[in-house]
Order: sequence, then C-alpha cells, then structure tokens
Amino acid sequence: MIEQRQTKNSFLIVGLVLAACASSASAQYPTPENRPARAAESELNAEESVVTSTVAPNSAVEAALFYLFGGTLLVSALGVCVTKSVVRMATWLFGALGAAAVLYFLMGAAFLGAIQLIVYAGGTLILIVFGVMLTSKSPWVRFDCPRIEMWAAGGVVGVLFVALTTLLIGTQWPTLSAAAHPATIAEFGKELLTTYLVPFEVGSVLLLVVMIGAAHLARQEN
Amino acid sequence: MSIGLLHYLILSAGVLCCGLFVMMTKRNAIGILIGIELVLNSVNINFIAFDRYRAGGGMDGQIAALFVIVLAAAEAAVAVAICMNLYKNINTIDVDRGDALHG
Amino acid sequence: MTQLSVPWRPRAKQQHGPMAALVAGFAKALYATFAPLVRAFPGPLLIGAIVTVIVGVWANYLVFEFVDTALVAADTNVVAETGLFGGLLAITEVRAGLIAAGVPGAGTLCYLLYPLQYGLVRDVIGAGGLLGFISVIPLYVIWWERKVAGRIQSRTGPMRVGGWHGWSQSMADGIKLICKEDLCPADADRPLFKLAPYLAFVPAILAFFALPFGTYWVFREVDVALVFILAMLGIEVLGVILAGWASNNKWSVYGAMREACQMVSYEIPMGMALLIPIMAVGTLSLTELGDTQSGGWTSWIVFRNPFTFVAAIAYYIASLANCKRAPFDLPESESELVAGFHTEYSGFRWSLFFFGEYAAMFVVSGLCVILFFGAWYSPLPMSLAESWGLGDSLIARAIKGLLFAGPLWFVGKCVFLLYVQIWIRWTLPRIRIDQVLYACIQVLLPLMMVVLMGHTLYELFVPTHGLVWSIFNIILSLIGAVAVLGMIFIATYGFWNRVGLVGSLGVETLPGS
Repeated sequence: MIEQRQTKNSFLIVGLVLAACASSASAQYPTPENRPARAAESELNAEESVVTSTVAPNSAVEAALFYLFGGTLLVSALGVCVTKSVVRMATWLFGALGAAAVLYFLMGAAFLGAIQLIVYAGGTLILIVFGVMLTSKSPWVRFDCPRIEMWAAGGVVGVLFVALTTLLIGTQWPTLSAAAHPATIAEFGKELLTTYLVPFEVGSVLLLVVMIGAAHLARQEN
Repeated sequence: MSIGLLHYLILSAGVLCCGLFVMMTKRNAIGILIGIELVLNSVNINFIAFDRYRAGGGMDGQIAALFVIVLAAAEAAVAVAICMNLYKNINTIDVDRGDALHG
Repeated sequence: MTQLSVPWRPRAKQQHGPMAALVAGFAKALYATFAPLVRAFPGPLLIGAIVTVIVGVWANYLVFEFVDTALVAADTNVVAETGLFGGLLAITEVRAGLIAAGVPGAGTLCYLLYPLQYGLVRDVIGAGGLLGFISVIPLYVIWWERKVAGRIQSRTGPMRVGGWHGWSQSMADGIKLICKEDLCPADADRPLFKLAPYLAFVPAILAFFALPFGTYWVFREVDVALVFILAMLGIEVLGVILAGWASNNKWSVYGAMREACQMVSYEIPMGMALLIPIMAVGTLSLTELGDTQSGGWTSWIVFRNPFTFVAAIAYYIASLANCKRAPFDLPESESELVAGFHTEYSGFRWSLFFFGEYAAMFVVSGLCVILFFGAWYSPLPMSLAESWGLGDSLIARAIKGLLFAGPLWFVGKCVFLLYVQIWIRWTLPRIRIDQVLYACIQVLLPLMMVVLMGHTLYELFVPTHGLVWSIFNIILSLIGAVAVLGMIFIATYGFWNRVGLVGSLGVETLPGS
C-alpha cells in the first residue's frame, strides 16, 4: 500500500517537472528594451485597427467584413422596428450595438469600439432591461399604436430615407484619406485633456448632475 | 470593391430611419428610449466615418463620438428614472396615458 | 396503452435530432473506449495528458518562432507573416531557408511549415488551442471545487469516476448533461430563452482572445485589451438577465434583477481599482502592464505602495461580485430562489451557464494576476536569470521558464486565485441584497475614491526610488509574503495531519470513525 502511494507521488513529481520545463517558451526575456523583433513588427501593423489587425485598407476582407456587419446592423435595426415585446427589442438593440462596435473597430477606432461595448452593452442595455422589469406588470403587456399611424410613420421614414440616400449619392465626397490613421489611446487621451479639456470637464459635471438627478427622480417617497 | 465614406453614410441613414420609426410608433416609454439609442448610434457611425475618411490627422470625430456615448449613457439613466416615476404615478408606462397636462 | 390523467399537458415523445444523437453516441463511445484504460492507469494518464498538452502548445510555439526566423533568414528582409491570405514565400524559398538553417529533412518539412506563414492558418491553430484550454479549465475547476467543498465539509467529494479521486467526474457529468432533455417552459419567451445561455457563454470565451498568458502568448495583441475584457464581462451579465426574464418565473426574475443591480453597482469600484495599475504604468495593454513587473516579487504592482495594496483587495472583492461568486451569489441563491436565473434551464443550456461562469472566474483572476500580482513572472527577478548567463538553448529556456517566467506561472497564479474564490464560497455565508449594495455604494466606492486620490498624489509627489518608496515597498512585500506562506503552511499542515473540521473546531479524528 505504501509503495503504491510512493509510485503515485513520484509520477506526480516527474509529471509536474516535465510540465514546468515544457511550458517555458518565452524566447528572449523581454525587458522593455529587449523586445526587438516583434516590436518592429508591431510598428508595421500600427496603422491598422486592433481586432482586424490583419485587414488591409481597401481590401476584399474589409469589404466583406463591412457588408457582414453592416448587414447585421441594418437587420437588427429593422428587428427593433418590427418587434412588439420590449425585452426582445432590447435584444435586437444589442445586436445593433455590437455590429456598430465591430464597424468602429473596422474604421480604426478601437478604443471607441471597446467603450461602445462597455457603456452601451454593459451599462445602458442592462439599465433598460432593468427598467422593463421594474415597470411591467406581465411579460405580455403590449402598447400597440393604431395601424394608420404605423403606415404614416413608415411613409414619412421611407420618404426621409429615399431623400437622404439621393442626397448622399448626389454629393461629391472627398476621398482623400483612404488609410485609417492610427489612433492610439495615448494620442486620444492627450487630445481629450488639451484641446477638448472644457467639454471633457463639462461632461464630467454633467455625469455628476445626472447621477444626483436620477437618484432623486427614482427615490422612494417617504 | 473598396468601401468608402458613402457606404457608411448610407448605412447610418438606414439606422437613423429605423430609430425614427421606432420613436414614432412605440407607445412604451422604454421602447422610445431604445429608438433614441439607435438614432444616437447612427450619428456615431457618421462621426467616426468622417473622422476616418477625412484629410489630415486629428481625431475630432472620434472625440465627438465619445461625447455622444457619454451623453447617451446619461440620458438613458435619467430616462429610466423618469419611466419609473411615470409608472409610480399612473401605474403604466404607456406614453399616451401620461396626458394629465393635456387640458 | 392507456393515457394516464396527469395535471400537466401530455406531450408527444421527443425525437432527438440526428445531431444530438451523433454527439451523445460519440461521447458514449469515447467513454466506453477510455473508461477501462482510465481505470487501469489513472494517475499516469492524468499527468501524461497534462504534459502532452503543455508540450504540444510549446512545440507549436517553437514552430511558429522557427518559421519566423527561418523564413526571414531566407534572404528576404520582410517578416514572413503577412496577412490572412497573402503568404510571401514560395515552397522553394522555404526549402532554401531550411537548408540554410541546417535543418535535417528540409525536403518534407518545408511542406509542413509553408502553410504556417499564413495568418489564417496560425489563427485557426491558436484559436483551437485556446478553445481547448477554455473547455478544460471549467471541467477541472468544477471537479476541484467539489473536492475542496467536500474537504471543507469533512467529506471526500467525488471519488469514483476515473479512479484517481474521481478526476473524470466532470466529463461524465458533461455527457449526462448533453444527453438530457432540453426543456423550455410553455409560457417562456422561447427565442430569448434559447438565446440567453449563448449570450452568457460566448463573451466569456471572447475575453480569452485578448488575455495574454505570457509576453508573446496572446491570441490578439489588443492595445485596449483591458477595456475589451471588461466589456465582455459586462455582456455576459446581459445573458444572465435575459435568461431570468425569458424564463417567465418569478424566482428567475428576482435572480435577474439582483444580478442587474449588483453588476451595475460593482462595475464602478472594479473599474476604479483597475485604473490604479493603469495610472502607475501608463498603458492599457495587458502585455505591457505584465512586462513592467519582471523585477521579482517586490516589483509587483500590488506592493508598489499602500494604495495599490488596498486596490488589489478591493478588486478581488468586486470581481467576486462580478462573476456572482459567494458571498455575492444572490442571483442563484439556492436557499431562497430555487436556483435563481437558471431555475428553468436543463441539460446543455444549463451547462453553458456554468462554462461561462467558470471561464469568467478564470478571466477575472487572470486580470488580477496581470495587473497586481506580477503577471507571468515568478517571485525571482529576471535580472538574476541574465546574471547566470544561460544563453538561448532549449535547456536554458526550460530552466528560465521553470524558475523565472512563462505561461505556467500565469496559470498557476490564476489557479491559486480560483482556489481562494472556491475557499471563500464554501466558508462564508451569503449576504443579503441590501448588504451587498451597502457594501458597494457606502464602503467600497468611497474607499476607492480615497485610494484613487491617494495613489495619484503618491505617484506625483513620492519619487519611485527614494527611501519612502522602498520602506513601503518592503513592508508591503513582507506582509504579502507572510500572508501567502502562512496560507500555504496552514493548508499543508491541515492536509498532512488530516485535521477534520467539525463545526469551528479542528479535531484530530472524526467522531464515530
């Protein structure tokens, strides 16, 4: 019995040592100065966006990704239009927000894409679903609007879309910068705290006011 | 075929129209809020697309989009609080029923 | 056959689709083949599997590196990896590069290495490895949790399946769960009910794609990795909330509401705690954050100053709430809400929630390790390795990886933090929802504000190499070392002396045994 136990332990030790040796792959030990090869490579890629770091501008891959996620965005937006249940609408909205975030990544605005996901999908959407839970009496409650209004709204929106599209197609847009210019977070932050300092501070005051205001509005009556 | 500014602009026009339609036809206050979020997103796509396809450096478009996101979050918080207040007062969030000031 | 009168609506016998039958049949065949083997050689098989996986991953890495260097050496001055579809080199050039590097068997090897210069092929291999890791981690953490829970409650936990301490219990459970019926309540919101588990599961996996396991061990080097991972953790919560709502069951809705308000509150102190290492280092890239901590355990960010020390603890508490672990497991509190948001789920969809939860546990532990506890570096300083002058041979790398840095250290630290999460879950009582919110809004949030201000002032006004800095640094490092060593000592003491815990008393033998 004791011998058996010992063999098991020795298996364990041998295995762990082997595993430790095997998992030791870092090639050169990277101090910040000592990262030459990949650093050069990442400088090569610096102009491209993050998730799609291998997508070259104006390539077929970019077009495919645009049509895929642009299509998802439009389908989700239409889904929001035709759905009756509010929570399902919120789910469609989640699809739209996610697809929009991918489009931001595609346009080289990685930071905004991530912020979009964290603020909208992680915060606003949860708040909306939470609001639905607090204010609905049953999952089947629907507030329908008259059919005639639907048609009227559809007509107005359709006319607007056609007008906008003709206008957009008819305009001569400058196509000067085909490659996405790199937007590192450092630049972004510097810009935010120098050129846009006043709006930034106003934004933070606004958030504070909103926090107090929302808490005041939603408080329990004594 | 290369993707240009026009593609993004047409896409965002489509999303804008969907958002407007939602705002016009939904009677649920939170549904209207969802429509507003769609409209704000279409605006953001425009901002970032202009930023991307514009001549020269700078990131004005991205920073404008960041402020839009901040405003949208703030607006959603207040709107949900208002919805809860509406529910507390008239026991529903059907916006057609909140007509006490209608006269 | 007579129809019995039953209070529920009788249904036609469910026919399994061909896909479900295929999966279940495959799982059963696999188990029937391997069960006898496993029963015969349990320990060696387990260790062999672990070693094979790690050696395989390592070999993969070496091949990638070799392709890079060998192909660059083939008298082109460009990096071989050029894009998803475009490879630069032809087969003949690869062969020439291999022959130039003096590799035996270049004639056949070049056909194997040629595809590796395409980004797509590398991505597929990398994603495959990552998915394998993600599916193994929950299986073994669940097994480990059951063992720890058993020991804490003076039981043994799973002992039978697979032989050696029930090590394949989770796989057997997985097969059972796949074979179970996928129920959907009649009044549930069907599409949302079916969608919600995927929304809880997929983001947790996506988070792994930006999480570095070592300096070059990351699937995608994202310079906003931290924000991206936080966003993915937030989306996971959306899945839980939708599950609770779509179940159309009051317990589930209560669970979902608790999850929503708990998450929205705890994201704020968590984000503020994460800001502190970011401010100290000045980057959002997880790889760079990890690489600044290579100077031994005193250079870990947690021991940098008193404020980072507090922030690490606050982050750990907030991360418990974030992946709804006890004492914050109110969304699924089984004593009051049946099972909370997953009351109505069964079978495969139910297991998806757990995969998501355990993957998220690993991700938050990984963030904690990278941001505060020295990432993939061991407590020994890297400068020591350089002073030894080991060179760059395979053996030297193995020694460095064992002693100084590497994915093994990262995974080891994460597993230790996972163990602490499990330990907390089985020893602390669950707290009430108002206590949860009180702890966040009136304790953690003001504390984090003070810590944030204090950290800013400290970084601005205290020089990072002066006397004050080293005093704080050394004191904090010693506290940390004493805490960890003490924990390990108590645990080993209890383990070797077989202390059975009954109530709050340590007794040498269990009553009645």
